Amino acid sequence: MVAALRVVLACVMLVLPLPMLAQDTGAPIQRLLQEHGDVIVKSSRKTIQPAIDALAASGLPEARDVLNRWREKEMWVNKDTGTFVFAEKAPEKQLLLFDVAGSAEIGLAEAKAYRQLKPNSGIRGLISAALVQFQLSDPSPAFRLAALNAIERDPDASHLSALRAVMDSETQPSLKVRIARLERLLTIQFDQDDSARIAAIEGFQGDLGVDLRAVLSPLVVTKIDAAETLPDGALVVEVGTDSLPTAAAYDMLVAKDLAAPHVTSDALRAALIENIDGTTVAGVQVATLNTDEARLKAYAELAREGTVPPVISNSDVLQTLEQFVFFQTFIGAPPAVALAAQAALLDIETKLALSQTADLALDALSLASIYFLAAIGLAITFGVMGVINMAHGEFIMMGAYTGYVVQLFVPDHTLSILLAIPLAFAVTFSAGVAMERLVIRWLYNRPLETLLATFGVSIALQQIAKNIFGTQARPLTSPDWLDGSWVINDVISISYIRIAIFVLALLFLALFLFVMNRTRLGLEVRAVTQNPRMAASMGINPDKINMLTFGFGSGIAGIAGVAIGLYAKVTSEMGTDYIVQSFMTVVVGGVGNIWGTLLGASMVGVLQKGIEWFNPSNTLAAQTYMILFIILFIQFRPRGIIALKGRAAEA
Amino acid sequence: MADLALSFSRRPVAMRHPSVVIFIGALALFTIAVTILAEGFGIGVISNSFVKTLGKTLCLCLVALAMDLVWGYTGILSLGHMAFFGIGGYAIGMWLMYARTETIVVQSLASAPLPPTPQEISDGIATQIFGVVGASEFPPIWAFAHSLPLQLAAVVLVPGLLALIFGWLAFRSRVTGVYLSILTQALTLALSLYLFQNDSGLRGNNGLSGLQNLPGLDDVPQSTVSMWFFWASAIALGTAYLLCTWLVSGKFGSVLRAIRDDETRVRFLGYSVEAYKLFIFTFTAIIAGIAGAIYYPQAGIVNPAELAPIASIYLAVWVAIGGRGRLYGAVIGAALVSLLSTWFTGGQAPNIRLGGYVISWVDWWTVLLGLSFVCVTLFAPRGIGGLFDHLAKLRSPKRRGAPLGPDAGALREKEADQ
Repeated sequence: MVAALRVVLACVMLVLPLPMLAQDTGAPIQRLLQEHGDVIVKSSRKTIQPAIDALAASGLPEARDVLNRWREKEMWVNKDTGTFVFAEKAPEKQLLLFDVAGSAEIGLAEAKAYRQLKPNSGIRGLISAALVQFQLSDPSPAFRLAALNAIERDPDASHLSALRAVMDSETQPSLKVRIARLERLLTIQFDQDDSARIAAIEGFQGDLGVDLRAVLSPLVVTKIDAAETLPDGALVVEVGTDSLPTAAAYDMLVAKDLAAPHVTSDALRAALIENIDGTTVAGVQVATLNTDEARLKAYAELAREGTVPPVISNSDVLQTLEQFVFFQTFIGAPPAVALAAQAALLDIETKLALSQTADLALDALSLASIYFLAAIGLAITFGVMGVINMAHGEFIMMGAYTGYVVQLFVPDHTLSILLAIPLAFAVTFSAGVAMERLVIRWLYNRPLETLLATFGVSIALQQIAKNIFGTQARPLTSPDWLDGSWVINDVISISYIRIAIFVLALLFLALFLFVMNRTRLGLEVRAVTQNPRMAASMGINPDKINMLTFGFGSGIAGIAGVAIGLYAKVTSEMGTDYIVQSFMTVVVGGVGNIWGTLLGASMVGVLQKGIEWFNPSNTLAAQTYMILFIILFIQFRPRGIIALKGRAAEA
Repeated sequence: MADLALSFSRRPVAMRHPSVVIFIGALALFTIAVTILAEGFGIGVISNSFVKTLGKTLCLCLVALAMDLVWGYTGILSLGHMAFFGIGGYAIGMWLMYARTETIVVQSLASAPLPPTPQEISDGIATQIFGVVGASEFPPIWAFAHSLPLQLAAVVLVPGLLALIFGWLAFRSRVTGVYLSILTQALTLALSLYLFQNDSGLRGNNGLSGLQNLPGLDDVPQSTVSMWFFWASAIALGTAYLLCTWLVSGKFGSVLRAIRDDETRVRFLGYSVEAYKLFIFTFTAIIAGIAGAIYYPQAGIVNPAELAPIASIYLAVWVAIGGRGRLYGAVIGAALVSLLSTWFTGGQAPNIRLGGYVISWVDWWTVLLGLSFVCVTLFAPRGIGGLFDHLAKLRSPKRRGAPLGPDAGALREKEADQ
């Protein structure tokens, strides 16, 4: 056997004599690799860590290169001598070898004498983690940034010293800030010295960062445990409180084998079934066991015979619990650190609650502006003219679909939105004028029938949209500059689209006020709505004014449709989502007053968000309760928040 | 006016209201004809599913009758009566589903070695019913589901109480006209949104299903069961028609119509307008609930979409097309429109080829319905029922252009003639 091996060895020596000799087998890095040779060649994620740590901590200049090449599967090992080399595949099944120390070229060799190291993804991850510290001092800022990102993703105790080493030498201000922050965070997590950790925690006072919360919360994890006597420094937990219900306390004792397990109803049933003897269990007829009491009785009988463990009664449970003391201990960190972390977290939570309230207010504001946008057209047709237009929601939908069609022809999003707004106004203005001429004109004195006729129009328009565009939602893409959101801190943020909708709502308010109070049209509209006959005798054509006013209100609904389409999907049923809320907004605010509509929209928006805050998982419930609240509100202020007084109210 | 003249005489009811005799006679004839032609007890010309469609149509006529009473006679355009209809369906559906699941669970537990305890049966039923919404316990709302009499009481009491509370709040604060319509629509929307939630305790958007199977009557064929329900629908419609006729023909009915035409004047005459409105609102809500309780076992499934505001709007459409303010008008409208709707949306109507475009009625029926509704409102406020006036030569006297009612919203003579 030994002889045969010698022959083989001799052959190998003959085939590759030269490269072997040219390699410096005594270089420190090679020696280090040899030391961990077995582990490295074995390539198992479980055992590889010491080898990587040794390389990373060696301080050798070649270590980074070795780790890098190893990760890239460029390191090979000689099957016989166990020496490590870097190699590149060369033609004719040969390898071009380089020395691991200094990367000097060694020469060509037969590939079959070497074995490639192929670290799996787990090991590559470990190597990458170790490489981070080298990257931190890399001359290229991009590499340093990548290293910081890597640390942030998967921090490790070894990174702390690496970060500290480069903290002062970093020249880029933005990176320096990030390094400093990361160093503090890692100090909290991994520093050996408790006082340093506490100092780091206290240094973060006033910070609301998600990263900080993620670091702190594992530190305050507690574990409730039971023992016969209270250990030092542990906090006693009362049994029967929210943090430790009686049943949980007893289950804990059972899990630790300190108490006999409960006989569950399933176990009881199983035990009874097991002990059925013909038609009886412990002398009781099986057929009578159809109540819990009868089953318990039969089971007690079995327990008395000793076949099954006895049922644990409530008094047994209490008696057992009294023998033990329950306490909680911090398992995430030493108590001093944990307490500091707890205090910091409490502080954060208070600030967080404030920020969340502010965020909620912003959300409510944007919802209110959406409702206002949807309702402002109604404020004109319903509020000023007194016409119930149930097809108002469909005008919103028409506006949104106009935007969608424009985007089909004009690919540039900014331009297409700018085009869509006047086009949507034009389309819905004409639709509104047509509807006023054909339907509403004949029904001015019969509001209930206006409501019904416009329902008919609404049903028809909705179905026509469905027939043309299909039932699936169509996208209305916003321009790039409206993407993203304005972030104030980690909690408070608002998307630019919502800001745009808010601005648009303000613009519409200004437009409405300007048209109504400062233009000839507005004057005539007010005259016609107050007293059409008198207005007519002053030379105003009421027919024309009614037509224009209705068209104006419908046109605004169309523009609102474009805005709402940007924020939500465009479907043929989107109108129905807004119609009831829009009417509610106008009615709650007070008919015939734009400020009332504004107040109504704010109230509806704030209410809905407020209710959602109590039960965040359920927007449906929020809508339900909001509607119920509005129904109740109308009971007490039937004419809305701002009620018209005097003659205008009677008209 | 005819009512006023005749109510002083003591002639028999049939003479005073010939339409009642004709209606009840027609309904009886129709019922007998369907019974003979159907599979259950007759020669089997009509398919079983069509019998169900006819039975459901009769229930829709019943709820349209209620709508006519509250809108056509009293002038309250309620957009919530289909919600009461749905509540009635839910109330009976809970018992149907509970009892049927109970039989299944008891059967499956019968083979277990130990006889089941009541708790085990109840748990088994809960798991079966609420598995789809990820729950396995009975919500409190199901507390009476085990008992048919209690759930039957709920069919009447829940819609009635809801209407009573809502009506009391709304009428008390003098919410009238379109405001009341919008408020009832909001109520309907709130109710359907609530039922759409999974944790509402009524299986969220799955609704209640399998209602066509009567518990304990698995041996009875569906054809027989559907005949039973058809008869029940016909009897309910006939009874309600008689009841409504009685209600609107006397002095009570006159007050209702007076409230519709000028509420303020009736109040000044000393009548408690709110009490009248509240009574009629609650009464019609109860009729709607009963109609729903007969309808949904024939439909087999009730879900929150059935309560959506659009359903109540369609109800108003039926009554308007049939003719407001006359009971047979509501029945004709509901029967005609809902049967046409089934025919068109069922894909049985032939498509129309228009050059390159094919008008498929499945898609375009709703458009036609919406537009014809607009036309009826504009050109024929009396609906189909107005045709009978032409037949009977019952036309309003010439008033030389004077308004028919006291306020600006009342009909003009020109419109009344149409």
